[in-house]
Amino acid sequence: MNDDLILLGHGSGGVLSHKLLSDLIIPALSGTPLSGQDDAAVLNIDAGRIAFTTDSYVVDPIFFPGGNIGSLAVNGTVNDLAMVGATPLYVSCGLIIEEGFSRKELSAIVTSMRQAADLAGVRIVTGDTKVVPRGKADRIFINTAGIGAFVTGQPLSGANAKLGDKVIVSGTIGDHGIAVMAAREGLSLATEIQSDCAALNGLVNEMLAMAGDSLRVLRDPTRGGVATTIKEIAVQSAVTITLDEAALPVDPAVRGVCSILGLDPLYVANEGKLLAVVAPAAAEALLERMRQHPLGKNSAIIGEVATAGVGKVQMKTAVGGVRSVEMLAGEQLPRIC
Amino acid sequence: MCLGVPMQVVSVDGTDAVAEIDGVRRDASLMLLDEEVKVGDYVIVHAGFAISKLDEAEALETLAIMRDIFDPEDMA
Amino acid sequence: MKYQDEYRNRELVQGLAAHLENLVAGYAGTMTFMEVCGTHTMSIYQYGLRGLLPAQVRLISGPGCPVCVTPNSYLDKAIACCRIPGVVVATFGDMLRVPGTSSSLMEERAKGADVRIVYSPLDAVKLAATNPQLKVVFLGVGFETTAPTIAGSILAARQQGLGNFFVLAAHKTMPVPMAALASDPELAISGFICPAHVSTIIGADAYQPLARDYQRPCVITGFEPADVLQGVAMLAAQVVAGESRVEIQYSRAVKPQGNPKARAILDEVFAPCDAEWRGLGMIPGSGLAIREEFASFDAERMLPLTPELSREPTGCRCGDVLKGKITPFDCPLFEQTCTPEAPVGACMVSTEGTCAAAYKYGR
Repeated sequence: MNDDLILLGHGSGGVLSHKLLSDLIIPALSGTPLSGQDDAAVLNIDAGRIAFTTDSYVVDPIFFPGGNIGSLAVNGTVNDLAMVGATPLYVSCGLIIEEGFSRKELSAIVTSMRQAADLAGVRIVTGDTKVVPRGKADRIFINTAGIGAFVTGQPLSGANAKLGDKVIVSGTIGDHGIAVMAAREGLSLATEIQSDCAALNGLVNEMLAMAGDSLRVLRDPTRGGVATTIKEIAVQSAVTITLDEAALPVDPAVRGVCSILGLDPLYVANEGKLLAVVAPAAAEALLERMRQHPLGKNSAIIGEVATAGVGKVQMKTAVGGVRSVEMLAGEQLPRIC
Repeated sequence: MCLGVPMQVVSVDGTDAVAEIDGVRRDASLMLLDEEVKVGDYVIVHAGFAISKLDEAEALETLAIMRDIFDPEDMA
Repeated sequence: MKYQDEYRNRELVQGLAAHLENLVAGYAGTMTFMEVCGTHTMSIYQYGLRGLLPAQVRLISGPGCPVCVTPNSYLDKAIACCRIPGVVVATFGDMLRVPGTSSSLMEERAKGADVRIVYSPLDAVKLAATNPQLKVVFLGVGFETTAPTIAGSILAARQQGLGNFFVLAAHKTMPVPMAALASDPELAISGFICPAHVSTIIGADAYQPLARDYQRPCVITGFEPADVLQGVAMLAAQVVAGESRVEIQYSRAVKPQGNPKARAILDEVFAPCDAEWRGLGMIPGSGLAIREEFASFDAERMLPLTPELSREPTGCRCGDVLKGKITPFDCPLFEQTCTPEAPVGACMVSTEGTCAAAYKYGR
């Protein structure tokens, strides 16, 4: 019998479940034998105000250059907390596994969840594991929820952008989406592109410490890419944002894949980048500070809030034209003809 | 329609080639081309096939015409 | 990247725009140029080139996106294919969202059909070779650029002795509908921005009748922004001088004689046929059918297809948009019931479609 296989019984709640938890999941995730044994985690948080978020991860392929579904699930939730200005503290881990999945791969996934949590300085404190019959899930899905605290300062919101503010992106755009797409079979593209999957709370801490109230908006441009997120900010804040195409940092290989497949990097997902809207007087200094940080070394000012009202995004194109930028409709598909 | 990109040929094996753009590599068939294609040549790749070999002299000529056009009086 | 970046240079583009402005300065009327290729449409929107054109020059988008001109009846056949057990439909990504009469490939995939996106038809051949238990149907859409790649894939499948690779063919050819548009009295087209990559295959001669018999200047134009402006300037110069010739702006990739080898491979596998164009109707001699010798690779001949009775959508003015008679903004469905999320007509479906490009970039 193949003892690498996850069986339906591993999700039954019985002996097999306990063994999977105590042999594989808990040692990897928490490292303390007792955690995870009660019905809920009990946490002490010294803050009057907390941030709470949840996200589910269904990425295909589950292992991709630069990360896997596990590191993505931790970093994604950490970043959602960081984007409202909270300090991420605790994360939960819900696993939905398809019968027949490999224990070895599961182990690799939970190990990288732990590594990502350690790097981000958060603890995985509670979780759940279910196994569903073959064909009822695509190998593995992960849900993470996260709690963060506001130690100092006010929550950030996408509604705070003001006339004259500058828009900063923390690095090259589209790396994650293109790394994942290039790794899919059927397209047969050989690239060295790595996902940018990373926890941004360290970078955000430095930005908050430096810019304070001058930092108006933080958002991570995940699915839908920079275009969709900027448009959301413009709508939420009721302003018109103009982008400068020539200032957008794009890795050459990402540009190459986008050329081949007919994609627009502005609409491709990122998992370790943030967009900041910042008061004009603080922008240059903040940019310099961001560039000192390993996750912000390619930061650039890519646009500004040009007018109050309407919720539009316009792009000054690299050749001097103007076009309007809308949200992504549906999924971006490779095109050819 | 007919998205095609200029890619540089990095290896040739009969009618099978590997072509590259900005560090991204992809197989490209040369079966639709009459001309000889060597490593280092640029071809337009469409749907996994090289459909045309790029002519450097013509490319430079086009650029020269573009530059000449607007030099003195137009921009004044 | 070489052969791209040089032609995306801001000064060059601005200079060409100034040149064009000077060129038409004394011209009293309006010049209307039609770009028949969807990639030109995309480029014009994406780089914001319309704003750089003088007031006398108007660009309209023609029927040059293969997805846009593919009628419901073809989609209904493709959908019938993917409903056959054991069939995998392999396709370029653009086709997934195109609505048929009552479904789309994306909907069928959601219901369990095996529909896969590939970059090259050769990837579909490989899929057939490695999965002999499956029948792989490749959706052969596209113009003269793409048709030779499908023909090449059929030849490769024959060489490998594959009995499980099929093509559902709906290829179309370009100059014939351009002549139909040129002769339409309702349409005042001053000249054609001729497609870049179609022309690498068919060459410049194919457009001679348009220039000679219909007095329409034709310029084969590249897709980069400087190419487009130079192509428009060459057209404008012909109009100002009262000339009508075929010129090649995109000379780095297009030879006057085109690509004879690709054409020979195309002719070996395909024969001309009448073809239905969404919005334009039946145009004699404008399509390509798989020849009898290659019948064993023809999905229509080899698979038991039972498509539903096809209907074209009502109220949709894709046809007039494709002909350039109206702009997307003139269609009553545009932005109302027809959006990229829920497209009614195919012009909204493809990112290259005139309506989708107008929705995304043009407001």
